[in-house]
Amino acid sequence: MAHGGSFTVNVCEKDSDDERTGESGPSQKSSLLFKEPAFNVQEYPEAIQMGTFIEHLDSSDSESTSSSERSKESLNSKPRCSLQRNNWSAATKRVLSSMPSRTTGLHSSAGIAMKARRTPAELPPRTPSHDSLHTPRVTQEGTIRPDLEEVDGTKYLVGSRCAESSKEQLVSDLRDLSVSEGMRKLRAMPLSLVDKREIRKCSFSPAARNSLNRNLFCNNLLSTYISRMWRHCTFTGHPIVSFLKLWNSSLKKLSGRYGTGVLSYFLFLRTILFINLLLFTITCLFLVIPQAIHPPPTDSRLNSFTGIELLTGTGYLSQSLMFYGYYSNVTIEMNQLAAHSAVTHMVPYCIPTAYFFTITISFFIICIVLVYSMSKSFGKSFQVFKSTGDLSEKVFCSWDFKVIKRPSIRLQSEKISTQLKEQLSELTSGEEESSPMQRCCNLVIHAVAWLICLASIFLSAGGVYFLSNSRSLVVAIEAYTKQHFGPHHKNLHLLFTSAVVSGFNLLLPGIFNLCAWMEKHKSPSTRVYVSIFRNLLLKISIIGVLCYHWLGKIAEIQDHQASECWENFVGQELYRLLLMDFIFTVLYTFLGEFIWRLFSQIILKKNRKPVFDIARNVLELIYGQTLTWLGVLLAPLLPAVQIAKLFVLFYMKKSSLMLNCQASKKPWRATQMTTLFITLLCFPSFLGAAVAVVYTVWMIKPSSGCGPFRNVASMFESGKLWAERMKDSQQILSWLIRAYYTFIDNPLFLFLPTGIFLLVIYFHTQVVDGQRKIIRRLEKQIENEGKDKKFLITQLQYLYEENNPDSSH
Amino acid sequence: MGNKQTIFTDEQLDAYQVRRRLHSRYHELAPHLVPMDYTNEPDCKLPLALIVDMPELKENPFRNRIVESFSEDGMGNLSFNEFVDMFSVLSEMAPRELKAIYAFKIYDFNVDNYLCKEDLEKTLNRLTKEELTPEEVELVCEKTIEEADLDGDNKLSYADFENMISRAPDFLSTFHIRI
Repeated sequence: MAHGGSFTVNVCEKDSDDERTGESGPSQKSSLLFKEPAFNVQEYPEAIQMGTFIEHLDSSDSESTSSSERSKESLNSKPRCSLQRNNWSAATKRVLSSMPSRTTGLHSSAGIAMKARRTPAELPPRTPSHDSLHTPRVTQEGTIRPDLEEVDGTKYLVGSRCAESSKEQLVSDLRDLSVSEGMRKLRAMPLSLVDKREIRKCSFSPAARNSLNRNLFCNNLLSTYISRMWRHCTFTGHPIVSFLKLWNSSLKKLSGRYGTGVLSYFLFLRTILFINLLLFTITCLFLVIPQAIHPPPTDSRLNSFTGIELLTGTGYLSQSLMFYGYYSNVTIEMNQLAAHSAVTHMVPYCIPTAYFFTITISFFIICIVLVYSMSKSFGKSFQVFKSTGDLSEKVFCSWDFKVIKRPSIRLQSEKISTQLKEQLSELTSGEEESSPMQRCCNLVIHAVAWLICLASIFLSAGGVYFLSNSRSLVVAIEAYTKQHFGPHHKNLHLLFTSAVVSGFNLLLPGIFNLCAWMEKHKSPSTRVYVSIFRNLLLKISIIGVLCYHWLGKIAEIQDHQASECWENFVGQELYRLLLMDFIFTVLYTFLGEFIWRLFSQIILKKNRKPVFDIARNVLELIYGQTLTWLGVLLAPLLPAVQIAKLFVLFYMKKSSLMLNCQASKKPWRATQMTTLFITLLCFPSFLGAAVAVVYTVWMIKPSSGCGPFRNVASMFESGKLWAERMKDSQQILSWLIRAYYTFIDNPLFLFLPTGIFLLVIYFHTQVVDGQRKIIRRLEKQIENEGKDKKFLITQLQYLYEENNPDSSH
Repeated sequence: MGNKQTIFTDEQLDAYQVRRRLHSRYHELAPHLVPMDYTNEPDCKLPLALIVDMPELKENPFRNRIVESFSEDGMGNLSFNEFVDMFSVLSEMAPRELKAIYAFKIYDFNVDNYLCKEDLEKTLNRLTKEELTPEEVELVCEKTIEEADLDGDNKLSYADFENMISRAPDFLSTFHIRI
């Protein structure tokens, strides 16, 4: 903003300077007119003065075509004729050439915006030396209009001598800045890579250049080393880096056909996959592998393996690394081979401590990753002002350059023209005043739709609760499955709840879509937001009901002193929910999309394929991820299941998309939607799961029959016990622990950082508010100066023509 | 390579992988013209017709303007460095200011550093494949200039354009070609 401020100051100064030089040209008579205070248009009674000039102006110009409703236009239609003349006076040309729009900051990052773009006719003859061809590119010359160039020798921006000096100026400017700031500025300049390399060589010292990295935030030794290692990896094509570019070619094909909106879904899927991979790596390294090396004794009764266990999670799986119950509460001795001797050194590895700290630290890391990606995404989509220029935005920003297939491009053109026509009709007809009757009708329809949606959500949540709690129903289902599927598959009834939940998750969005089709929303984005909100409400209520039910079940088990492992039970429930969700998604993809396409093609004889519903699919992803996060405490291998599921989901969705769907005709604001989805992933999803996990760790008594925490009062206590043990033995840790007790455990000290954060947030919002006000004022100033400029130039030109009547036209 | 050098200079590492990939793409456009070895910096330029034949650009209505904006002579003949320039500006990593600069150049058909009404008309016709009637095109152009023109000269200068782009967060995601 400061940059913008200095811009306008220059404008004022230049205007006044050139206006004075212009005075010397015309005759004395004209100077009387110039004495009028014309700098502030607001004070200047335009209407009166303009009238005296209009009669003098050449009215033969028929170029005034404006049909806009602003009064300014009618005033300027006549002077515009003079602005469009071709033979300007010398004074006018000098004024014009020194206008800020033509000389905008030679070396500011926006200024070098106007790279040389000369038509072939104007190109100088090719000289043998390479240099002189290069240097003109660094100049500012493109801002000079062709007619100005021929006039006088004021080609001060054209010509290699000045280009050289401007390049040196740029180099010295960049030297003044810090290295990272200068690099950022250089990156934003429209010079060719060759030029940028030269300038970078001149401006920055070799040491600074070598240690500089785009991602470098600080210059210390450690980050230099890390960045160098990273560079080494990318340089040699390390497999990890190529894995990070997973599915790039598929994504390109998808974006080529379906555009940025659908691409954002798949990118989101990839992000979630990486988060799960991170989670899985941490738990695997610190938890699963040590326990796998030293398996605890297991109950031999449950060793039989039939395929059903994979679905229900009971039986064989309940005594595997998958679930909490398998992990022992002992300190295992790990063999650590000493480097030089053959004697193995035993390292104690306490499983309960490892369990507790692995889960908490991985949650903490994921929290940081999510908040970072959310802030980055928010930064991209944040606008200080809501865009008022819908039409201009549509013209310039709506063409998706990623789309490369011909039918998709045709579709995109149709989409854009439809939107433009809609907006034009809205403009020309204006806001139609709907009658009170119509408005009332609309309100009733909205109310009915909301009622239906809320009622269905409530009913489904109630149904899930009733199903889980009602003993008689459970018994009846158990009997039914035993009767029909045989005694071996006795645990199939457990799948029933999960199936019902997934069924609700699948059906209810269809009902919401019907309601949305019934209602008439003002804009498509409102429709999308409303649908997202309803889906979110459904999923939150179902998960909430399930959590409540589990808490009740846990309390019941603990009351009855049963040695049953409640952790295993909840872990298995979550596992089943995740699996059922996956199975139902597969079924829906086949039935919903594939068969619907066949149906509509063969029976309805329409060539209209279904459209990929981005919002709904993203919410499904978020739901699955919430289940994973909820379950990782009680089933450490759940992220692995989620990873496998996401992998299969990617290929399935991609092939389904290619075969069955077509690109959407509705606009999709990719950047804002991506921000919304990451925010949803962070806030209701991750936060809810983290709160649930924290509550479990802190409050609930672990079962005494299984798991690593069977002999402590709460999982959190095992961490405390470890801290007590370590306090005596290690110096650094004791300091840490003491710091923890003083700062984090003490509520008073928590208020202080919270207060500071709130202050910082308030400060930033005030700064943004202030910037908004400044922007508004600057825009008004620019508008006024535009009017000034127009007026002064017409004045100049008029006076010149008055004095030299033979030279006009 | 890793044995001989312990310090990698920026020039070498500057998107080395991407550069290699781009070079192979450039080479396959005209295998008999483009040398495999670029250490001598040969002066080889591919004509516009070959470059707009790339699958990423073939169907794009602005393909000619895109290639012309990055060519030094304004005719669309790209050397390899200009080719790399083009795809680096159109990539995800390019900063917003740089993209805005080149977007302005692409839409400036008559290359006068202003987006005047004719430029806008041409842009619209290419966007909509001439589905709008001339009156509608006229109306859209006027409304666009009205919305975006700040200093009232009835054309969009770069400053106007940049101001409008800064309010459109979608610009970054749409002005992007994957290669």
